[in-house]
Amino acid sequence: MTARERVAGNVAGYVDDRTGAAKWMKKNLTKVFPDHWSFLLGEICLYSFIILLLSGTYLTFWFDPSMREVVYDGSYEPLQGLKMSAAYASTLDISFEVRGGLLMRQIHHWAALIFMVGIVVHLMRVYFTGAFRKPREFNWIIGVGLLTLGIVEGFLGYSLPDDLLSGTGIRIAEAIIQAIPVVGSYLSFFAFGGAFPGEAFIPRIYVVHVLLLPGIFLALITVHLMLVWYQKHTQFPGPGRTEKNVVGYPLMPVYMAKAGGFFFIVFGVTAFLGAVASINPVWLYGPYTPAQISAGSQPDWYMGWLDGLVRMAPPLETYFFGYTISWNILIPGLIIPGIMFTGLALYPFIESWATGDKREHHLLDRPRNAPNRTAIGAMALTFTLVSLINGGNDIIATTFDLTINQMMWFSRIGIIVLPPIAFVVTKRLCLSLQRADRDLVLHGRETGRLVRMPSGEFVEVHEPISAEKAWLLTSHEQLAPLELPEHDGAGVRRPGALKNKLRNRISRAAAVAVPKATETERKELEGHH
Amino acid sequence: MKRLSRLRRHRAAGPILLIFALFTIGTTFQVASAVNSETPEVADRSVAIEEGKQIFLKGCSSCHGLNAEGVEIAPSLIGVGAASVDFQVGTGRMPMADMSQQAMRKEPVYTPEEVYALAMYVASLAPGPEIPSDELLNYERDGSVAEGGELFRTNCAMCHNFAGQGGALTQGKYAPTVMGVTPKHIYEAMVTGPQSMPVFSDKTLTPEEKISIIKWAKSAEAEPQLGGAALGRVGPVTEGLLVWTLGIGLLIGVAVWLAMKAK
Repeated sequence: MTARERVAGNVAGYVDDRTGAAKWMKKNLTKVFPDHWSFLLGEICLYSFIILLLSGTYLTFWFDPSMREVVYDGSYEPLQGLKMSAAYASTLDISFEVRGGLLMRQIHHWAALIFMVGIVVHLMRVYFTGAFRKPREFNWIIGVGLLTLGIVEGFLGYSLPDDLLSGTGIRIAEAIIQAIPVVGSYLSFFAFGGAFPGEAFIPRIYVVHVLLLPGIFLALITVHLMLVWYQKHTQFPGPGRTEKNVVGYPLMPVYMAKAGGFFFIVFGVTAFLGAVASINPVWLYGPYTPAQISAGSQPDWYMGWLDGLVRMAPPLETYFFGYTISWNILIPGLIIPGIMFTGLALYPFIESWATGDKREHHLLDRPRNAPNRTAIGAMALTFTLVSLINGGNDIIATTFDLTINQMMWFSRIGIIVLPPIAFVVTKRLCLSLQRADRDLVLHGRETGRLVRMPSGEFVEVHEPISAEKAWLLTSHEQLAPLELPEHDGAGVRRPGALKNKLRNRISRAAAVAVPKATETERKELEGHH
Repeated sequence: MKRLSRLRRHRAAGPILLIFALFTIGTTFQVASAVNSETPEVADRSVAIEEGKQIFLKGCSSCHGLNAEGVEIAPSLIGVGAASVDFQVGTGRMPMADMSQQAMRKEPVYTPEEVYALAMYVASLAPGPEIPSDELLNYERDGSVAEGGELFRTNCAMCHNFAGQGGALTQGKYAPTVMGVTPKHIYEAMVTGPQSMPVFSDKTLTPEEKISIIKWAKSAEAEPQLGGAALGRVGPVTEGLLVWTLGIGLLIGVAVWLAMKAK
């Protein structure tokens, strides 16, 4: 034993004697994680969250969350002498006077955008591979919660500098609050501490932005990761991988190195964007006053779909008993997002109800092998994408020489017509891919080599695929549709028959599949080609 | 002395001096007018009007009518003033390329002298806003950037965007970018209200305020791209596009690479 090893051993022993950490560390540092690039998408969120905490802390050193009126006398000439809030003036100071301030601001904002993109791509991975199934439903709900809070947190950060754009955003948020029937105006007065914009809002959302929500984030992310730890990570099917094991590499040293390295890469990409691309140039927007508005005022992308829904809403209002109900804001601003997020959160339960599958799943699905789920996902994404495109309708219109009216009508019709089309097309594509898999297993790979037989017939030589690949393409299970009884033994409709009929029908739709190749079929066809 | 005196009394002295004086005045005028060549001075206004009328009859009357009285497809030009003609023709918007939603800015068809002649002709039909003088347009000397910016955000940004990059209007119409437009044309646009733009009379925005707006626009135009590539200065749409392409693209690329390395 060298001197160095002895010292290390002594230190480790000292710590272990007092904490008993050795046993725990030994168990957990050798924990195995499966390897796939898509499993790193969630890590993008975790790392950008850390970057957000660090850069955000730096910004709090100089940001003054106050609506106190000041006269700007900083170094940015086009705003000198203008009256503005201390919040806006301090944001300008961070940008122009504080060393590294502008870079930090831009890193913070880019990290926020990457955080939200990371959440969405991670969510798509989890959804399309069926990783949300039992026992991971709770973690799915936590994820949906993080997505929702991320949108709110991002919006609050966008609102804090009190520039013209952020003020416009708050104004729209106020309109959405006011559109809530009966209590809307009270809630608005409660949130703003009086009439819009007032002096209370910026200090209030500052506390929520830097204390309350980050705290909730930390708690939820911790639970999210602990559940992954406890329930083990899902894995794609492969040789030796079952529902009962996890095949991969141990945390120490392989994943420590990979995850640590990936953190620095995420940080590098964020810092690169912060250094080369301007984001939220608040000095150009000018200080917020309710009398001003800019063409092309947009929210950040993760709110863009919501803005797009509001922009496409027809002007519907009803008046009764002296009250106005603004359906044109209420429906796109609150009801549709409410349905979207509730549906998203409940999806694992809806699917298991529809398929009747209550078993645990640790092996992931290939998206094509769950055509119904994949098609529903494509439908939801299409809906969101149409809204998102309409959120930027004015920029798109001027860039591509379209009219804003064409854009609006495209969205109004597209939001109803395109999602079902996306559903049907995706489902057909999945089934076609299943058929291609079946062909591949039964007939092998087309080599492109043409052979002329003695009889004069031309045939293409097919090469059998490896046993491993054939197993991969046939290892998934195909669920039979539910057959819940609608009648009792005497042929009389039993109670709950209607519900059972509905479930039977839904599960039939969910179970549509091209039968996968069986071993007997494969044997039968051997020697044909 | 005697020699000089004899030369002074020479027969040709008068005509030579006259030619010399004319030459000097002409050269001085040429040099002086070359400095202020924005609005070409045509000595005789009535000559310009006549010349403008001929250009009008050839190039404009098929839409605007033989006496600029306007027909169904084009408005009357009586009373629009020289400033309006100078803006529309001087920025190439008129003559229109086609009957689309809006005349767009393009390479001017007419030379500055022809534009001036046209403007003088239209101005002769009825009084209207005049072409602003170079003295008035001295934005480098007059006006305040900060005040101009505030006025721009209050009066102009709702169509032209916070940084003067332009924006969409209804039915395919649009507010064009203010960047790269000469101070004279910005001023003329404000006083004449071309196409969908409202008129900002001297009561709405005083000439000094207009100069401040021009001063701000020129300052925004010259502003370096603080904080990196400006991404068009159109707000968060391009930022979102960048993060969904370059940002996540790089990260997913690295993720794929990291997962590959283990094999």
